[in-house]
Amino acid sequence: MSARRPLPRWADVALLPALNLALAFLVSGLVVLLVGENPFHAIQVIIYGAFGYGDGLGYTLYYATNFVFTGLAVAVAAHAGLFNIGGDGQAYVAGLGAIVVALALDQTHWLLAMPAAIVAAAAVGGLWGFVPGWLQAKRGSHVVITTIMFNFIAAALMVYMINRVLKPATTMAPESATIAVAGRVPQLRQFFSFFGYSPVNLSIVIAILALIGVYILVWHTKFGYAMRVLGANPTASRYAGISNSRMIMITMTISGALAGMVAINEVMGVQNRLVLDFVAGAGFVGIAVALMGRNHPIGIALAAILFGALYQGGQELQFVIPGITREMIVVIQALVILFTGAMEGLFRPSLERAFMLLTPEQKAEAIAVSTTGPES
Amino acid sequence: MNPQRPETAAASAPASGWAIELEKINKRFGAVHANKDIDLKVKRGTIHGIVGENGAGKSTLMSILYGFYTADSGAIRVNGTEHAITDSRHALALGIGMVHQHFMLVDNFTVLENVVLGAEDSGLLKPSLDRARQELDRLEHEYDLEVDPDAIIEDISVGQQQRVEILKALYRGAETLILDEPTGVLTPKEADDLFRVLRTLREQGKTVILITHKLREIMAITDSVSVMRQGEMVATLETAATNPEEIAELMVGRRVLLRVDKGPANPGKTLLEVQDLVVADDMGVVRVKGVSFSVRAGEIIGIAGVSGNGQSELLESVSGMRDQTSGTIILNGKPLSLEGDDGAAHARDAGLAHVPEDRQRMGLVTTVSEWENAILGYQNSPEYGAGALLDIGAAKKAAAAHIELFDVRPANINLKTSLFSGGNQQKIVLAREMQRDPDVLVIGQPTRGVDIGAIEFIHKEIIKMRDEGKAILLVSVELDEIRSLADRILVMFDGVIVGEADPAVATEGELGLMMAGINNKAAPRGLGIAEQGPLP
Repeated sequence: MSARRPLPRWADVALLPALNLALAFLVSGLVVLLVGENPFHAIQVIIYGAFGYGDGLGYTLYYATNFVFTGLAVAVAAHAGLFNIGGDGQAYVAGLGAIVVALALDQTHWLLAMPAAIVAAAAVGGLWGFVPGWLQAKRGSHVVITTIMFNFIAAALMVYMINRVLKPATTMAPESATIAVAGRVPQLRQFFSFFGYSPVNLSIVIAILALIGVYILVWHTKFGYAMRVLGANPTASRYAGISNSRMIMITMTISGALAGMVAINEVMGVQNRLVLDFVAGAGFVGIAVALMGRNHPIGIALAAILFGALYQGGQELQFVIPGITREMIVVIQALVILFTGAMEGLFRPSLERAFMLLTPEQKAEAIAVSTTGPES
Repeated sequence: MNPQRPETAAASAPASGWAIELEKINKRFGAVHANKDIDLKVKRGTIHGIVGENGAGKSTLMSILYGFYTADSGAIRVNGTEHAITDSRHALALGIGMVHQHFMLVDNFTVLENVVLGAEDSGLLKPSLDRARQELDRLEHEYDLEVDPDAIIEDISVGQQQRVEILKALYRGAETLILDEPTGVLTPKEADDLFRVLRTLREQGKTVILITHKLREIMAITDSVSVMRQGEMVATLETAATNPEEIAELMVGRRVLLRVDKGPANPGKTLLEVQDLVVADDMGVVRVKGVSFSVRAGEIIGIAGVSGNGQSELLESVSGMRDQTSGTIILNGKPLSLEGDDGAAHARDAGLAHVPEDRQRMGLVTTVSEWENAILGYQNSPEYGAGALLDIGAAKKAAAAHIELFDVRPANINLKTSLFSGGNQQKIVLAREMQRDPDVLVIGQPTRGVDIGAIEFIHKEIIKMRDEGKAILLVSVELDEIRSLADRILVMFDGVIVGEADPAVATEGELGLMMAGINNKAAPRGLGIAEQGPLP
């Protein structure tokens, strides 16, 4: 039994991730040093490449848009105590909904096509989340297992759908027909030339609305309350008359629908058609984003921008410093995910102990514990 | 001081010298001062009780003695020699053994294997087991501790398992035995057996330290008693020269009413009726095997029984949390639907409030703030927001009102409920459930892990609810509590109600026999099931 106290909120949401990130960069720096390059130069290139000029920033925001959606998908499920690893598959199949609606409406106007495609993508992605949810709620199959398997099913299904159903007879490449210009989601560069040729588009507005929406859902609705009770203590939620099975199914549907928004960004905003493997692992990055962002929309927004910057800055790095190969950049990204995601608790115990000794205001709270404290 | 092995010393002069001496023991956990300058002397060959409320520092002190924690300062002397006890192996080598509240046994091993576990002589098991079998045989005879050495742990009763724990300690050469809340899981009969064993141990010169919060046990078996309060040792008394009231006052720091004041019940119409209820647990094992009873307005029905005889499943079913296999629950004249997994919501809508047995696992979400717990179960009520949105302001207002009415401390609605003491956590649950003005109140273990001061308050509130005309179903493993609160007692054993008793007439012995499932007709002073007549 230990009398450790939880960290103050600011330390939990800001200091701890910052320390993890610093460690990740330190180790990455050593890796860069190992291949004989200057780590300070490398970091400078990454930062400039990601934020230093319009095109770079645009790319960073474009990547971040995807990561916001997949991060929120993981976070919403996590609040209900569910670990949705299937963001990738949910986003992938959502492409079906997006492309079918987009192609059907591409002769009208994007203001009509986009909302309709959002609904369709959400519905298909939601369905891909609902099925594992249903299997857990009614059949007891764990969502971690089923969502992983659904990623593979999604991959196989999409190959079939793109090659056999959606591919026009006239093309050779495995992709659908192209959406007409009128039905495409407008690019930000159409309004701000600052963004150059970068693909950041109006989907980013949907991402911001999703962040706000999730905040309201989780902390300001009765549904969110029930979700959090279920996540913290499933027995208590049963005691409270909450239907755990219904909550699991609805939450997984919402989670899948959020992941499905990646399809809007990619299919309608960037590629303008459905291509193979357009999600490109964004679903898995979402897990790290949600972990690092503490499942809170503000944290997720910041973590998504960080990962977007790593993706974009990493691309830049291999152009500027040829000694650092593509694989090296994957190593650096992996280190960041490792330290901020998988090992995010590394500094927690020592930090908690430090705060225990340092801050007198914690003592008041600790006195409250003294009555339950060290007794077994 | 006598440095000799007490085995030789004890028989001739049991009262000469101290087995354990603690001097100025201090232990802090961060800002929490769990033990402040504790002095304790335990005379060899005696049974020494340590009492105190939850969080008084009893377990910490014993953990220091047993080597789980190291004291920040202070001295420990065993048989007059000072030792710095570094771990429990060291403590055992010094002859200090501990029987934990939760047994540390391997369920699918035999008694013999459990005794030997961790004390094997060599790499080969056979010689150790043979030696242990002989030694166990000797110990069993010497201390009257019969256990079948070849029985599998999970097949024997809780009382027997406890004996195995004691044997384990003795096998390792324990001269001083620490028992932490040993009777919590025992029937009254098993507790009596345990006390008999402890007396035998004392006769054989062993020293026993008994940690408990039950004053009755202190009075019944100890030679001397030490009282702890908020990390300090407030008194050490000769048991013969004190009384429960004095000890309770020392524990709490003020005068406490140990008896519950209540007038006669004034029962009205039937509000809760249970008919032929059969309930299975999560594994599909039938735990409630056809139970029928009714609770009327203005009365308290107490369900007594040793824990694990189906009371938990009965409570969960009546409160809507667990679907029944068959049978009916009629609440306020209407059958309660338990289908689906939101039956608890139906029960609440029909006017039932539920204070669960296990507040930390069920009644509270300990990782979130107090105000969020104040609406648990009532989150969909319109007063906490119309439509889908949650009215946080209204919830906080309700939480603040609960805290004031039930004097919850600290009065901070933003604090996580895990940071409240057991008594205050229970008050948070009680306030939430009682403030909704329910017709039927179902309460499980209302005072488990609750300080004496809060027990008094909780009992008063329950009586008040009864006098306001609520129907109350009370389940408790504390026989004293059932006897002092209930207007009628139903005894549950192995999933059925084996008898009904009038608390004014029934003795503890009679109830104890029923709780152990012994047929009443064979009972010595038979307060029979049949004699009580059918339910009104």
